[in-house]
Amino acid sequence: MRPVITGLINRVPKAGANRNCKMAKITYIEHGGAEHVVDVPEGYSLMEGATKNSVPGIVAECMGGCACATCHIYVDPAWRGAVPNANDDEIAMLEYASDVQEGSRLSCQIKVTRSMDGMVVRMPASQG
Amino acid sequence: MSHFDILIVGSGHAGSHAAICLRQLKYEGSIGVIGEEENFPYERPPLSKDYLSGEKSFDRILIRSEDYWAEQRIGMLLGRRVGELMPEQHIVRTVSGESFGYGNLIWAAGGVARRLACDGANLAGIHYIRHVGDADGLLKELPGVRRIVVIGGGYVGLEAAASLRKMGKDVVLVEAAARTLARSTCETVSRFVEAQHRLRGVQFRLGVGVARIEGRSGRVASVHLLDGTSIDADLVIVGIGIVPAVEVLAAAGAKVTNGVEVDEQCRTSVPNVFAIGDCAFHKNRYADYAMVRLESVQNALDQAHVVARTLVAQGARYDSLPWFWSNQYDIRLQTAGLSIGYDRTEIRGDISTSSFAVDYYKGDRLIATDCINSPKDFVAARKKLTEQFKETVD
Repeated sequence: MRPVITGLINRVPKAGANRNCKMAKITYIEHGGAEHVVDVPEGYSLMEGATKNSVPGIVAECMGGCACATCHIYVDPAWRGAVPNANDDEIAMLEYASDVQEGSRLSCQIKVTRSMDGMVVRMPASQG
Repeated sequence: MSHFDILIVGSGHAGSHAAICLRQLKYEGSIGVIGEEENFPYERPPLSKDYLSGEKSFDRILIRSEDYWAEQRIGMLLGRRVGELMPEQHIVRTVSGESFGYGNLIWAAGGVARRLACDGANLAGIHYIRHVGDADGLLKELPGVRRIVVIGGGYVGLEAAASLRKMGKDVVLVEAAARTLARSTCETVSRFVEAQHRLRGVQFRLGVGVARIEGRSGRVASVHLLDGTSIDADLVIVGIGIVPAVEVLAAAGAKVTNGVEVDEQCRTSVPNVFAIGDCAFHKNRYADYAMVRLESVQNALDQAHVVARTLVAQGARYDSLPWFWSNQYDIRLQTAGLSIGYDRTEIRGDISTSSFAVDYYKGDRLIATDCINSPKDFVAARKKLTEQFKETVD
């Protein structure tokens, strides 16, 4: 009887398992307060860091295409200087997000770098 | 024999999302996912784009981390293909002879790439792009080839052409219809897309079909067209659609026409058997209730959500606005609604800026919008079409 979970051809390490690739530790805080601390590889978007690690509260309907505003997050005030400014497309898309505040960003548009190690972001009450 | 309260056949977008939604809805019963591939569920759109170009490695296109499935108590039965469904006994049997029992079955097996049927179709060097294995096989051969012929001017063919052109390959795209995207968009958009490809050096042979593929030592050497001309090719990529994977359902008595027919809750005509995603032929209100089969991630995910809610006894019916996207070079094409049956189009914006929208009308009713490099128009169109539909119902 074969085991229920079988082996893979494209076997990949869980994000965080491979210490050779550069990571940043990102804390995602749900609206209700639950915290998720995740090692996100450099180059992944904040959205991918959440969805690939099953952090709830980010929907990402358009899968990172900057076309839906359901990956909306609030960047903690202490970290806003560490993220590049939003481009025109993102600014336009944010109009459609729910409960936009200071620090509102679309997480699919922020690429993680090592300088974001320790960053805290919060999820809104709902994604539209 | 293992039994699952909910057994899902298919580990693509639809099948994996059904399992994810069920656990998100706090479903406590047992869930099993049977997948033909050995890989854990991964995203398909990147196979003709970011994965093919090397921008994203496989771990970045996984839908969830490997550990997720065990953590959520979702049994992953990978590397197995279902060969038979016995609906009275509530059993499926794989081609290797394993049997699994189910309380409810969700058929999310998608489809297989339609194969070329002409002479030479089995030569080495002919590639399809449906699974990551296809993309890997293609990637292995790419370093050694220069001239590529892409057969099929749909989204897969165009996206592959763009990815390959960016890699510096010579690309000729052959399409039997008079224009690319003939099934999906209007002439304005087809011609814009073609112009963008030509600007980057892709050549087109439109309005002509493939007669045969000529080989040398068992490998492709040239593509012969029905007008008597031929194109030298080191490698061929074929993107001519899919055939829904529903033979097992048909053999079990399900109503199968263009895919398997399902109702608003995605039920097939076989009790306790649902079907979702690329294989599901359903009445879509955004096509004036015509039966359609949508090959898109949106359709897969939204139907998965409907089935999950139905199975946890929450009222649900599939009524989400269809939408779609395609990225080629730096062109972002996004479509809201279904343009089937349109009789008039209106262009908004200036095509020469490469940022514009095309509205599709049926009579005086807006039914769909194609947005090219205009995400603002896309989001607005989605809202407008959704609200417009709600108004007509109420």
